[in-house]
Amino acid sequence: MDVLYFAWVRERIGVPKERVQTSAATVQELVAELRGREERYALAFADLDALRVAVDQELSEFDASLAGVREVAFFPPMTGG
Amino acid sequence: MSGKRSAPEIRVQPAPFDPGAVLSEFTAKAALAGAGALVSFTGLVRDIPGAETLDHMEIEHYPGMTESALTSIAEEAMTRWAVSPVLILHRFGTMRPEEPIMMVATASAHRQDAFLAADFLMDYLKSRAPFWKKEVTTGGTAWVAAKDSDEHALKRWSED
Repeated sequence: MDVLYFAWVRERIGVPKERVQTSAATVQELVAELRGREERYALAFADLDALRVAVDQELSEFDASLAGVREVAFFPPMTGG
Repeated sequence: MSGKRSAPEIRVQPAPFDPGAVLSEFTAKAALAGAGALVSFTGLVRDIPGAETLDHMEIEHYPGMTESALTSIAEEAMTRWAVSPVLILHRFGTMRPEEPIMMVATASAHRQDAFLAADFLMDYLKSRAPFWKKEVTTGGTAWVAAKDSDEHALKRWSED
């Protein structure tokens, strides 16, 4: 699936988007896998309270299922308006 | 309202816009739809409080999700109140102090619905549309932090 990062999450990880091969069943499991990759991921995902997630472009929760999902995005709380 | 309800007009663009021109166009559309009341809100880039001076602001967004989130927010407003047309315009990219950032406009038969719908749109835009603001100042760059008060503002729309 495609994993996207925005704002300081993108800056911390260093890429806006990447293709990830995963068997993670939930967003939380995906986060755990990413955290284990490298320090920059561990730093970006250090505090999940500071992050929001969208699954297939819909705001979602960290316990959401990844079954059939094509795109997951991680970002800080939004600041539009 | 005598006119037909139209689909919300959603515009996401990097280019600056003229709020007066957008409002004129919206007014003509609202009049044709039989509206008797029109409310608009425009957000401008302003200098930040404190010693540092804002050079410019950069707004990042999530192409695809932005448009669908704005459409959902506008459609929700149109379900709750008798408003039509509804406009949401939001810029992304680089913008300078005093430039307009975004605009919402609502039209209705009576003012109450138009005011409430515009207020609702703004509250939801603040924390449910995928935009992130970064301020570039004389002192450096910083992502704007979301405010607890913005999240709290959403609660009043679910209490009735």
